[in-house]
Amino acid sequence: MLSPSSGNTVIKSKLIGRRMFLLTAAKAIVTFGIIGRLVSLQINERSKYKTLSDKNRFREWKLAPERGVIRDFFDKEIASNKQVYQVHLIPENSKDIEKLFVRLKTILNITEKKLFYLKRVIAKQKPWEPIIVSDNITWSEFSRLNLFLHELEGVKPIVSVARMYPDNSSAHILGYVSQVSAKDLQTKKYLKDLHVPGMSIGKTGLERKLDEEIIGKIGFQRYEVNAYGKRIKQILINEGQAGKSFKTTLDFEVQKFTSELVKDKAAAVCVMDVYNGDIVSLVSSPTFKPNEFVHGLDKTYWNSLIKNEMRPLTNKAIAGLYPPGSTIKTLVALSALENGVIKPLDTFKCEGKIELYGEKFHCWEKDGHGIVNLRKGIQRSCDVYFYEVARKLGVDRISETAKKFGLGKKVLNGFIEERAGVVPNTKWKKKFIGQNWYLGETLHSGIGQGYFQSTPLQLCLMTAQIANGGFEIKPRIIFDKKNNNLREYIKYKNENPNDPLPTDLLVSNFELKPLFKNQEHINLIKDAMFSSSNEPGGTSYRHRWENKKFTFAGKTGSSQIKRFTQAQREAEVKQESLPYKDRDHALFVAYAPYNDPKYAISVLVEHGGSGGKTAAPIAKKVIKKVLERHELRKRIDSLLGEQV
Amino acid sequence: MFRPRSIQSSLSIKDKILSIDYILVISIFILGLTSILAMYSTDGGELKYHTKSHVLRFFVFFIMFLILSFIQIRFWHSQSYLIYILFFILLLGVKYFGLTSSGSKRWLDLYFMNLQPSELMKIGLILFLAKYYHRTSIENLNRVRYLFLPIVVLVAPIILVATQPDLGTALLIAAGGLTVAWLAGVRVKFFTISGLASLALLPIAISFLKPYQKSRILTFLNPERDPLGAGYQIIQSKIAIGSGGLFGKGFLQGSQSYLDYLPEKHTDFIFTLFSEEFGFFGSLFILFLYAIIVWRIIKIGNVTRSNFGKLFCYGFGTAFFIYVVVNMMMVLGLLPIVGSPLPIMSYGGSSMMAIMLGLGIVMSCKVYKDTPVN
Repeated sequence: MLSPSSGNTVIKSKLIGRRMFLLTAAKAIVTFGIIGRLVSLQINERSKYKTLSDKNRFREWKLAPERGVIRDFFDKEIASNKQVYQVHLIPENSKDIEKLFVRLKTILNITEKKLFYLKRVIAKQKPWEPIIVSDNITWSEFSRLNLFLHELEGVKPIVSVARMYPDNSSAHILGYVSQVSAKDLQTKKYLKDLHVPGMSIGKTGLERKLDEEIIGKIGFQRYEVNAYGKRIKQILINEGQAGKSFKTTLDFEVQKFTSELVKDKAAAVCVMDVYNGDIVSLVSSPTFKPNEFVHGLDKTYWNSLIKNEMRPLTNKAIAGLYPPGSTIKTLVALSALENGVIKPLDTFKCEGKIELYGEKFHCWEKDGHGIVNLRKGIQRSCDVYFYEVARKLGVDRISETAKKFGLGKKVLNGFIEERAGVVPNTKWKKKFIGQNWYLGETLHSGIGQGYFQSTPLQLCLMTAQIANGGFEIKPRIIFDKKNNNLREYIKYKNENPNDPLPTDLLVSNFELKPLFKNQEHINLIKDAMFSSSNEPGGTSYRHRWENKKFTFAGKTGSSQIKRFTQAQREAEVKQESLPYKDRDHALFVAYAPYNDPKYAISVLVEHGGSGGKTAAPIAKKVIKKVLERHELRKRIDSLLGEQV
Repeated sequence: MFRPRSIQSSLSIKDKILSIDYILVISIFILGLTSILAMYSTDGGELKYHTKSHVLRFFVFFIMFLILSFIQIRFWHSQSYLIYILFFILLLGVKYFGLTSSGSKRWLDLYFMNLQPSELMKIGLILFLAKYYHRTSIENLNRVRYLFLPIVVLVAPIILVATQPDLGTALLIAAGGLTVAWLAGVRVKFFTISGLASLALLPIAISFLKPYQKSRILTFLNPERDPLGAGYQIIQSKIAIGSGGLFGKGFLQGSQSYLDYLPEKHTDFIFTLFSEEFGFFGSLFILFLYAIIVWRIIKIGNVTRSNFGKLFCYGFGTAFFIYVVVNMMMVLGLLPIVGSPLPIMSYGGSSMMAIMLGLGIVMSCKVYKDTPVN
């Protein structure tokens, strides 16, 4: 049967077929387009996408490294680590953070303020980043937390380590650690790849100086995470590396002893080995509790620190500046001898004061010392004698000698709190004050007043360099096993007393740098210091040791805060009756034992009045303690291979 | 051509079974098995809900497809309009009784399954237009009067679907309908005119777009615009496919999908998952299966005698191709994410049902290729 429209149908199916052919061609093109895209994604760019996929998959959590410990000379830990119990929280693992905090509050001791702070932190960071709810909870809190852990989704009890200082005596020199601040991150390059939430860094003292090395290398845990950041499994763990530990030259026993001795005073004590510059003790008082800084500082404690007029946070030994007072007379005398301005036996007459262009310059002894030569000048600390010497010598030569002995510049390396002090001269005054030098100021400089500013450590170094015969030493606090040229030299000299080589040639063989032209001058000063401490009339005679083993030679000093008025002078006002803030600073420097110097010491007592009365007795006790421990120290020294 | 009616109706069961296109059936079966494998992987290598229900659906609808193959082509022809009207009523039903999920109303709750009538409408429209153009003589084809009905049956469901809102499905429905009309011989100028008209209406249409739809289009133009928001899907999909490399990360080893970086991995992004785990060669394999299926459908269109059969096979074959291509281009970052499932591979009962229905009709065209429809 033929359909009436069959012709029409055929034409139509031909049309359909033709158009279908066109469509098929289009399909082929699109298909190749897709294949092309697959080639480009899966073959050409596969490594790029593989990287992106891994970046998706893995997430790393940093682990804070364990801080290195700091030990004293006898390997006792003076900045150590202790186990602490912490509470961490990963917000995304908790279903209801508000409820969680309410529950946590019943278990731990969290203040509203802290809670508010935590919520703010959570809002700021990614939900998978852990936050530290509390970084130091007690054992009982910790065990309670573990008991209720099943109700506290997202909370992680962590056992970690934190800095612990066994004692407050060395707080200043050790410094303290505390949380990293935004400013630290900006200014300290080494923290850039190192930042872990909750990590502490050194803020002052040795902790800060050594921070870069002591902090250690950061570890990390690499987890596979899903798209919501949930950790699926741990892929890799790198424990990091604990920080380097350091051995110092400090003697913890002496630190404790000295700190106890001066605890009620605003004071500083430095003790130094005169041959190698090892700092045996460096104490500043009053001290503070460095442990309080580790886990976030309590506000009332902080206020009590900054309001205390004795400034417990300042390390007075290296950051406190005081006029050196009469302790500088040793250097003034040395400078005068070296420059040939006076001879040891040249005398001046002290009548209690001298007048210069109408201005009166007083000696501390109102009635005068009579006829005074160099030895007596130092022994009695006669101001008039040194006015005369200074006038002859001029300030520039005093300043030259003072600088040679380490005044006016930083003594240690890398302590940001250390200050350089001032050694004035004509140029200095022109530059910093913009005025010409007056002769009267030279006289003040000659007794360590006026513009002179120095730290107790500088005075200790000065004394050590006099005591060792006038050789330059570099103070050090980090123990290091270098050969001690100065001791070798002295040993050689004792064994070969008749060596024909002149001294200057000899010292250069030992790579020593002498600070004198003629060593005899140094010996004169040392002898004068001996008389000051051990002969009747000496300024610290009352506090001498009779025992040869402890006999020291020293020089007192009192640095004036306020000029005495004429009225006060005439009324013979005693220091003790002045207001605390107006009293002189008491200073004392010494070396011991006299016949074979081993250690130098400087003592400063802020507003302590006279050096002979206040500072010398402290020095006396510390010297005994240090010398009693000398044999021990020497044994360690020889064990460690340092030649004696 | 002369053919006694009796011969046609007396095709033995054996003849019918023998005349089935086995290459097509086998390709579909292999694709189905592959999709089960992929679904198993989306469940993280466990026999869970998605896999189980996908297996069930595939076999149920595969058997339905085989049964439908033996239904007389004449039945499909005679009931075309009715089927379209039925689907249209279901679409209307969605508007009033539909289930709302994530902001759009697309499903009807039929107790045993949630039906998405818009998927069925893809087939319904092709069926309607195949019959319509089969009956329209070549002289009348391009008369404006005869364009009226096709426009109505095309635009009405599209508006319903687009306002669900489901822009992707609406566009795919339109693509199928327009293909049939064009194949039937409607002049290109009408397409041009309507194309220009819709371009003119575009600003109005854009004002109807939901914010998320606008952002998807903008995101397609620049995926890095908002990498954690709307661009996330495209970026993560490209990462998954690209990181698959030549041979893939291995079965059940696709980290992107396993770790939930891949959105909608059961449905729209199933190809991404497969591509990540089986790499470039896996992707080619899928593409190859689809090419065979399309090729066989067109081939059946070639051998079937009636223009209704031809128009349906060509129309459905092309629409099927478009579904595949749009989905792949979408996950490959070549098209905006519009939400279109990959036929047979993707999880979804309605899509599976619609595709199997279409394939059933195609197969019936093969079995009854020489039967005149009227």
